[in-house]
Amino acid sequence: MTERAQLLIELADDELILGWRNSEWTGIAPFLEEDVAFSSIAQNEIGHARALYELAARELDTDADALAFDRKPEEYRCAPLVQLRFVPDWARTIARHVLYETADAIRIEHLKEHEDAALAGVAAKIEREEVYHRLHAEMWLDRLGREARYTEAVEELWPYALGVLAPELRPALAERVDRPEVDAVERHAPGEEFAELWNEMTMVRRSAPVGAQW
Amino acid sequence: MIWEVFRQERKGQPFTHGGSFHAPDQAFADAYAREFYARRGESVALWVVPREAINAIEEFPDEFDLKYRRVDGYSIKARLKEARDRAGTTAD
Amino acid sequence: MEAREQEFLDYVQGGGLVETDDWMPDEYRKRLIKFIEMHGNSELMGVLPERDWILRAPTLQRKLALTAKIQDEVGHCQLIYRVVEDLGKPRERCLDDLISGKSKFHNVFHYPTKSWGDVGVIAWLVDAAAIISQKALLKCSYAPYARVMKKVCWEESFHILHGRDTVLAMVTGTAEQRELVQEAINRWWEPLMHFHGTAIPAEEDPMVIWRIKSQGNEEARQQFLEGYVPQILELGLEIPDPKLRRNDECVWEYTEPDWDKLLAVVTGHGPASQERLEFRRLSRAETDWVSKVVLAEAA
Repeated sequence: MTERAQLLIELADDELILGWRNSEWTGIAPFLEEDVAFSSIAQNEIGHARALYELAARELDTDADALAFDRKPEEYRCAPLVQLRFVPDWARTIARHVLYETADAIRIEHLKEHEDAALAGVAAKIEREEVYHRLHAEMWLDRLGREARYTEAVEELWPYALGVLAPELRPALAERVDRPEVDAVERHAPGEEFAELWNEMTMVRRSAPVGAQW
Repeated sequence: MIWEVFRQERKGQPFTHGGSFHAPDQAFADAYAREFYARRGESVALWVVPREAINAIEEFPDEFDLKYRRVDGYSIKARLKEARDRAGTTAD
Repeated sequence: MEAREQEFLDYVQGGGLVETDDWMPDEYRKRLIKFIEMHGNSELMGVLPERDWILRAPTLQRKLALTAKIQDEVGHCQLIYRVVEDLGKPRERCLDDLISGKSKFHNVFHYPTKSWGDVGVIAWLVDAAAIISQKALLKCSYAPYARVMKKVCWEESFHILHGRDTVLAMVTGTAEQRELVQEAINRWWEPLMHFHGTAIPAEEDPMVIWRIKSQGNEEARQQFLEGYVPQILELGLEIPDPKLRRNDECVWEYTEPDWDKLLAVVTGHGPASQERLEFRRLSRAETDWVSKVVLAEAA
């Protein structure tokens, strides 16, 4: 697999799994207005994943759904941060949201300058949507920033957040979040918690032969 | 706090009332207004205001004849006919 | 009936519309709150059978569509509870009464879902049954509710298409996929026949008398059967009612539903009623702190 394809899949896996985790809140968010808003964020993330998978799929001669759902659990490249299950803990959910959006902003800024025009193009589109994700994260940070639950969650998730980015981008994240850089929880082959997620995510798809229409 | 949203469907159209929701401040209200009244691209513009900023007026005096300042207060048919008859310009 | 109440009744029966701050008889206000609250409750509870399937959706497109559909339903609940609030009952109390079992929600949301077949059948047929009622509510005498119904009907239009498309993909897929749909129809037919309620004549239905509803229950059910039975049969699917047929007067005949069972279900004895209410109670307990921090008033 080319470096380009690997990068695309890593990004797409992050967005898919984060979108999956965020959509676990649909219907049970803290209040109705926020339920609707957070659901849009989850949908946007799935949409970003789809765009990124589609780019990779063209190179790998497959399709986005096959990349999203037909790999084995150990073949996924998502960061540990996005795999963690937080429902019904809103503090940790928002802590992840704030940290991830900041990290992703740094990553996307770099991708907009990528030599590959298609990738740079998708990055620009993603960034235009992410503006609203960041506004959303900021408004929640403003409300929860001084709550103990929230600050503890950020403390816990900080090493994971660093692990979302390539090492050379981590100092920028540390600066933006105003925290010292620490040892990151690096990407690694997904473990048991992910296997459970994968099992639920793919159970309907696996109930029909590969290539079946849905 | 309750907020009210007015939405414009297309440029040139008037802003009409969309609905209301709960939000603690303008940042939240703007985010929720986008979600409820524009997530499908159904509005080109939104006005988002606290409910308390809106003053409702529902009673209006209607004591004397105000037709003099409305179109339905004027009926020129008879006089117009008389004027045309005098001028000999009545159509046959 | 007092003179003022009679005047109001004549007014609404003549097509008059009522706004939030208008005077209204106590009975009208009470019935309105109860009816609209039940609608809001139903949108909120309707999310629960479907939300698990977002996580299991077999393609990215279906995942997006299902998430958007459920998001719409949460949004509708918000719009509908706002109407109830402006009539005098705070949202928090609506949630209290829902969770305690004091207020009701529609029968169809008391049933479990078992497969992706349910996802298609619910989005297609349950939403179809609901839209028939919602379209009739566009003529509700209480204008704020009618206006909300306009937005609701507009948003719901894609739900049925998404449902039907999901079903079509399965009935043109493998034999097992087709069987999932048939099996789902077999289970959902009874709740669908219950959905519009007992055939109380429109003239005797207080909700119609006050022009809160503009359509009798049987009329709604007939509309559903007329629209959707042909759509089901043309796919080669079966409907589990041997008596179901359209007679010479173009009226659909069917096996009389068990109305006692409907009553039992809506009073909390459906197969998933208690489990779902408990789930709501728990979710709310775990996130209540957020509303208190953010909304100061509770959500």
